[in-house]
Amino acid sequence: MSAPILSFERVSYSYPGLDAPALNDVSFELQPGEFCLLAGLSGSGKSTLLNAACGLVPHFHGGRFAGVVTLAGLDTREHGPARLGGFAGALFQDPETQLVTSSVRAELSLALESRGHGAAAVARGVEEVALALGIDALLDRATHDLSGGEKQRVALGAALAGRPRIVLLDEPTSQLDPVAGDELIGLLRRLNQEWETTILLAEHRLERCLAAADRVIALERGRLACDGDPEAFLEWAARRAPALQTPGAKMFALAGLHPAPAGVRQARATLRSNGLLPEQDGPPSPASAAKRRRRRRSGLALGMRGVWHELRDGPAILRGVSLSLEPGESVALMGRNGAGKSTLLRHAAGLLEPTRGRVERAGRVALLLQNPGDYFIHERVGQEASAQALAAAGLAEMAERNPRDLSGGERQRLALAIVTGAEEDSEAGRPAVLALDEPTRGMDRETKAELAEELRRRAAAGQAVIVATHDPEFAAACARRAILLADGRVIADCPASELLAGGWYFATETARILGGAGGALLPEQGAELLQARALEEVTV
Amino acid sequence: MRPMGGMLFFYRRIASPLHATRATVGAAWALALTGATLVLYHPLVLFALLLAVLGAGFGTGVGPLLARALRTALIVAIPIVVVNVLVSRDGLTVFARLGDLGPFGQGDLTVEAVLYGAVIALKVTLLILITTLAGLAVDPDELLRVFRRLSFRSALTASLATRMLPVLAADAQRLGEAQRTRSGGPPSGARARVALLAAVVGGSLDRAMDVAATLEVRGFATATRAPRLTRPFSRHDIAFAASAAAITALAVVGRLAGAASFSAYPRVHMPTSADTLVLCAALIAAVLLPFCDRRGIDR
Repeated sequence: MSAPILSFERVSYSYPGLDAPALNDVSFELQPGEFCLLAGLSGSGKSTLLNAACGLVPHFHGGRFAGVVTLAGLDTREHGPARLGGFAGALFQDPETQLVTSSVRAELSLALESRGHGAAAVARGVEEVALALGIDALLDRATHDLSGGEKQRVALGAALAGRPRIVLLDEPTSQLDPVAGDELIGLLRRLNQEWETTILLAEHRLERCLAAADRVIALERGRLACDGDPEAFLEWAARRAPALQTPGAKMFALAGLHPAPAGVRQARATLRSNGLLPEQDGPPSPASAAKRRRRRRSGLALGMRGVWHELRDGPAILRGVSLSLEPGESVALMGRNGAGKSTLLRHAAGLLEPTRGRVERAGRVALLLQNPGDYFIHERVGQEASAQALAAAGLAEMAERNPRDLSGGERQRLALAIVTGAEEDSEAGRPAVLALDEPTRGMDRETKAELAEELRRRAAAGQAVIVATHDPEFAAACARRAILLADGRVIADCPASELLAGGWYFATETARILGGAGGALLPEQGAELLQARALEEVTV
Repeated sequence: MRPMGGMLFFYRRIASPLHATRATVGAAWALALTGATLVLYHPLVLFALLLAVLGAGFGTGVGPLLARALRTALIVAIPIVVVNVLVSRDGLTVFARLGDLGPFGQGDLTVEAVLYGAVIALKVTLLILITTLAGLAVDPDELLRVFRRLSFRSALTASLATRMLPVLAADAQRLGEAQRTRSGGPPSGARARVALLAAVVGGSLDRAMDVAATLEVRGFATATRAPRLTRPFSRHDIAFAASAAAITALAVVGRLAGAASFSAYPRVHMPTSADTLVLCAALIAAVLLPFCDRRGIDR
């Protein structure tokens, strides 16, 4: 066995001013060419581990550090992030703060120039990394004009420009649509397979990348809880951490099938060998997939009629969007980055005025924007929302805490309380519609399930709910209807069971495994279908 | 959502002769225009320069943005004229008497003061337009790259500032939107404003920390001098370099030969000869000719 590219030896670490360790006695080794996933709930220590691997812990963050981390044979206590950066490329969650120049070409060049490469090497390196990542068409674009997915690719390009031996990635797909997310994972896999680049990837949506991984390391409260191949990890997750199970693995567990699948392909092979998957899936019915819903116009919570949003000297972001929401309806709004989802929600809430068309609202539209932190302007939770609103959100006991010290789920609940107000509000003050823009960014599965439950509760109470999301699993859990936007137009508006079961990208893992059969979207529904099929087999 | 860059003026690569020119030459061309604006005083010549700069804006494809900048410049220009008329006591042609203004003396408003104020306002307007045009069409990163060879850290800091402006503008817009969506409406009152300002500043500091972490892992702490890039001069590099030289020469000759001579006090002296008209035409031609060649402007 060759020397490990990364090794943690009994590493413990606490952030300055905190007693609880973020990493607790963590030991493992990573061999060159491995593709390793880091799994764990929010706050389990994934980001801290990545920071320790690239030397930001302890050099940048300070705190108490014990143990030894070596990267490419260099002890991180003796060598800072700048020196270690020659061997490790790092990509964090927010691409906005990882681009330091105004143009893509300058961004890629700077990474090489700062390492002392000559002019010819810089030019060649920029060209090669741009071609490898498919961003050559972006080279002369301004970084502030790029979409989230493009920014993430450029940031990855800057991290890879120096041909690092290991790439450390902290939830790089959290802001990407399913298409861009899959492309990024595919790209990492290619880097790993063709150039033997070691990948250490922290991710919440494991179903996206488990099939690409050789190994999974799971953390629980800073401790290493599982270290094995994907199959071993899924077995461990089924026993010890169900919140980390992929939807496919959960469906198999509920249906009593083994082994738990690491990806769609493996799952389908297992089902086929058990006679639970038809030899040939029928093609989806195009008539059904494209069918538009007809809605009655009375008693609407929200109505949009031919809404256009055209920028002066720029493109049209929305192009004649018409849609209606009834009270108690829950709708998932899906589409690629830049399809117009956020703009549509801003029109619904009255933050923007259509350049053509009109919006009718039965009452107030409460809009929860992407980043809950944008709502917090006070030092205490109690100053942000009324006591009744906090009590309704289950945050009454946290009134004296600083909003920025809350966990991800608590911050989301507080932001929701701020925009919706108290349940006891007057009829006029209570929102008729709750609109949420990408509420699950960076959330773990447990917190997402809580939010989906809250949205279902609100819909059952008669509030219309519309959620813009890139996460098909979350859309399936909280919405009955799904709308697909592309280039500012509604291209599909149908029951969620139709939209999320019929595609490659905008489909849940359960639906992809079952080929959309029976409109099953969630693991529970898929397991029921499989059990029924198994029973049918036995009867036949 | 469309980024904030759409609402403010930031460099964006588009197909135009000025964008196709290397940043150092583009900056030198803008400097030549600035020099001409500072050296020349004749209103007719300055007006010719204004037309030329606006024409250059349209030739660069940023005409509408430059027109918006012109409207903004007028907000600055009009008070300059008004203040000069009120404070200047040097002119002889009085058109209105405000009487005794106590410590400010006699309030006599003169035609000379109006004209001199207008010339200064025209110069300020021109400087705003030239700066805007340069900001929109000269790649700041390419320009700062040159300075990185001299002082890496200072140039990198300037690069970061250039990059962070649209990011922070977008952050401020996002925070403002979030406050507008609060159930009781946006918080009002001085205390709320201070809290919001603190949140904006806190957000900027968080951003700064994240950017600092990125710079650390990219190895900028151990960075060395940027290598010298050698690339052949394009037709646009040559055209704009020649244009910059011509503008500078015309401004100097116009000033020294008296073709653009102008004095406002005590009486307006504004000789307008054939030389003045030739100078105007030559300046317009020198500024606009490089925009006629549109070969190879896209990248």
